[in-house]
Amino acid sequence: MSVPKYRKAAASALVAGLGLSLVACSTKSDDAKTDAGGKVTITVDCQPVGAQKELLKNWNDDVVEFQRQNPNIVVKSVSVGEQCNNPPDFTARLAGGTVTDLFYGYMTDLQQVLDSGQAMDITEFANKDTVPTWDSVDPALKEVFTDGGKLYAVPVKNYSMGLVYNKVLFQRAGLDANNPPKTWGEVRAAAKKISALGNGIAGYSEYSAGNTGGWHFTSLLYSQGGQVLTADGKKADFNNAMGKQVLQNLKDMRYGDNSMGDRQLLQWADLLTNAGAGKVGMFVGAPDATQAIVSQFQGKFQDWAMAPLPGQDGAAKATLGGGEGYFFKKGLTPEQVKAGLKWIAYEKLTPGKGQFDYVRSKPQNYPVGLPQPLLFAGGSDAQKQELELRKANANVDTANFAIFEANPVPIKGEPRNAQAIYAVLDAAMSGVLTNPNANIDALLKTAEDKVNQLLAAEK
Amino acid sequence: MAITTVAGTKREPGRPASPYPAGPRRRTSLGRKVRDNLTGHAFLIGAVICFGFFSWYPMIRGVVMSFQRTRRGVTTWVGWDNYDRIIADPSFWTAWKNTFYFTILALVLGYAVPFLVAILLNEFRHAKGYLRILVYLPVMLPPASALFLFKFYAYDPGDAGLFNSVLKALHLPTSQWMQSPEMTMPAMVIASTWMNMGGAVLIYLAALQNIPGELYEAAELDGAGIWRRIRHVTIPQTRLILVLLAMLQIVATMQFFIEPLILANGTGAEDSATSVAYLIYQHGFFQNDLNGAAALGVIMLVVLAGFSAVYVRLSSRQD
Repeated sequence: MSVPKYRKAAASALVAGLGLSLVACSTKSDDAKTDAGGKVTITVDCQPVGAQKELLKNWNDDVVEFQRQNPNIVVKSVSVGEQCNNPPDFTARLAGGTVTDLFYGYMTDLQQVLDSGQAMDITEFANKDTVPTWDSVDPALKEVFTDGGKLYAVPVKNYSMGLVYNKVLFQRAGLDANNPPKTWGEVRAAAKKISALGNGIAGYSEYSAGNTGGWHFTSLLYSQGGQVLTADGKKADFNNAMGKQVLQNLKDMRYGDNSMGDRQLLQWADLLTNAGAGKVGMFVGAPDATQAIVSQFQGKFQDWAMAPLPGQDGAAKATLGGGEGYFFKKGLTPEQVKAGLKWIAYEKLTPGKGQFDYVRSKPQNYPVGLPQPLLFAGGSDAQKQELELRKANANVDTANFAIFEANPVPIKGEPRNAQAIYAVLDAAMSGVLTNPNANIDALLKTAEDKVNQLLAAEK
Repeated sequence: MAITTVAGTKREPGRPASPYPAGPRRRTSLGRKVRDNLTGHAFLIGAVICFGFFSWYPMIRGVVMSFQRTRRGVTTWVGWDNYDRIIADPSFWTAWKNTFYFTILALVLGYAVPFLVAILLNEFRHAKGYLRILVYLPVMLPPASALFLFKFYAYDPGDAGLFNSVLKALHLPTSQWMQSPEMTMPAMVIASTWMNMGGAVLIYLAALQNIPGELYEAAELDGAGIWRRIRHVTIPQTRLILVLLAMLQIVATMQFFIEPLILANGTGAEDSATSVAYLIYQHGFFQNDLNGAAALGVIMLVVLAGFSAVYVRLSSRQD
C-alpha cells in the first residue's frame, strides 16, 4: 500500500471511529424502568460522599436492607456532593435533564423545579399505603411542596433558626452560658466582650456571600417582625424601618464595636470553618449547624449550645424555617413512584429506621438529640415515637438545646423565588459588613429595585 | 460584456478561456478535488464535529434561548423581552462598568508589565532559562489554587496578610483588599496579572529575540539610551505582536469570571466585583433565569465581536 493510501486508510478509520464514538455517546442508555423479571429500578441522589464514611455506610446498608425487604425494587444511589443541593450544580442538572428519578431539593426550589418541567405530580401516590407515617407528617411541610393543589415532593427535613453560641467563649468572656442573649442589644454587648478576648475571635459572625447573606438577612428581618415580600408576593417589603434595623445592628457590631472580625464576605463553609476553630462566639443557624461544625470542621459538640433567635426589644417576632425534600422526575411509571415513596418512607420517614436509626447513630460521630428534623406534627404517633427514641439514644447533651426548645419562636417560611432574592440581598449584607461608610438607605433601595424587577420578570 | 465560450458558458472579458470543455471538466475537477483532499477533509471532520457540538451549536442555542422563556416546562417566544429585562437589571450597568474598569486596569498593568519583564529578561546574560521558568511558573498553577493563595495568604484583611504585613513594616496604611469596594478591582487585576503574565512574557521574548542586533548597535552608536532604544527600536519591531496581544487580552479580560468567583465570593463588597460573565452565571444558575443569562451572553458576544472586528481591521492594516 502506497503512503497516500495508508493516509486514506488512516483517515477513514479515524472518521469511522469518530462516527461510532459519537453514535455511542448519543445513544441513550436503555436502562429499563421495569425489567423482565418485574423488578422496578429507581435512581436516588444525595447518597453521602466517600469522605462521610459512616453516613455512606449507613446509607448503603439501608439500601441493602430495603432491597431485601422489597425484592422487586432496585435502588441505584447517586452522590451529588456533600452539599446535595449546590445551587449551580442543581440548576445545571435540572436544565440538562440529568436529575435522578428521585432528586433532592430545598423547600425554596419548588418554583425552579416546576419551571424546568422536571417535576411530577405525586398527589395520588403519596398516602398511608406508600408512606405509613404520611398522616403524621406536618401538613405545613407538605404545603410547602404543594402548588395549585398538587404535591411535587416529600419533605425529609425541617429546621428553624436560632442563635448558636460557643459556651467556652462565653465562659472565657465572663458571660453566663446558661443565660444567652435574648435581644439584639444583648447580642451586641456579648459580642463586644467575646471579641475582646482577641486572637482573631469574632463575637458575632455573619454571612454576606453566595446567597447565604440574603438567607440570613431574611431570618434577621423575621426576628424584627418584617417580611421579604408583601403578602401578595408582588413587591419587595424590606426597605423599611425593620430592614434598616437589621443592617444597622450589623453595622454597629462590625464598625461601631469591631466585634465581628476582619474577614467578611463569608459563605456557609467559611463561617463554620471559623466556628470549628473556636473563632466565633455567636451566629445565627439551625441546630444541624453544630453537626456540621463537628463532622466537617473539627469542632466539639460540648462547646456549642443554642438559644432562640433574639428579637429587637424582646423575643423574636418570628424565625426562618426551611427544609428539604425529594422531588420525583417527570415521566416515571406509577410503579417507580410507588417504589420511590417506599424508599423515602424507609430511609427518611420511619422512626427507628434510616435517618431516625438513633441506635446506630449513637456510637457514631453524628449527633442524636438535636431538636430536628421536626418532620412530624406535634402529638402525632410518629412524633412521639421519634422523640422517645431520640431521648433514649441521645449522644449530645440535650440541655444545650433546652433553651431553644423551651422558647419556640413562630416559624415563617422562605419567600417565593428565594435563591434569586437571596443573591440580591447579599450585596446589602456585604455593604454594611465591608464598608464603614455604607449607606443603609441606598443599599436597601438598590436591593428593593432589584427584587421588584425579579418579581416583575416572573410574570 | 460577457463572452460566450464553445461550451456555451459565459466568462468575463479579460479572463483566459479554459482549454477544457466546461461540463465534463467540472465534474472531473470536483471528483478529483474531493479525492485529492479526502485525507485533509477526513482529518478536519473531527475538529468540525467538535466545534459544531461544543462551540457553534451552544452559541446558536444561546441566541435562540435569548428570545424564549421557559415557565412550567413550556417554552414560548418572547421577542426582545429578555433583553429589555436584562438591561433593566440594576446590576447590568454595574457589571459593564466593572468589566471595562477591569479591562482597562488589566491593559495598563497586565499588558505593560509582561512587556517590561520580557525586555528585562532579554537583557540578562546569565540564568536566562531559570528566570524564564520562574516567570512562567504561575501559569502552570491551576487558576483556582493561585487565586486561593491570594485570597487567604496575600489579601487577608487582617495584619497577618502578606501584603498588609509588608505595608505595616513600611509604616504604610494597610488595606481591606477584597473587602474594600475601592480595592477590589486593583486587587483582582494584580492577582490576574501574576497568574497570566508568563505566557505573554514568553511571546514578547520570542519577538524581542527576532529583532536584529544591528539595529540596537546602530542606535547605540547614534547615542540612544535605553528608553530611546525601546521607543525607536523595540516597540516598532514588536508592534505586530503588541497589537495582537492587546486585542487578545481585551477579549480575554472582558470575560473575567474566576477572579470574582474565588477572590470575592461572587459579587464582592457592594457588587464591586460583579463582572458581566459573573452576572451571566448568577442569572443562569442562581436566579433561575437561563433565558436572561442567554440574552446577556449574546450582548457580550456582540461587544466582543466588535472588538475582534477592530483587531482584524488593525492587523490587516499592519499586513
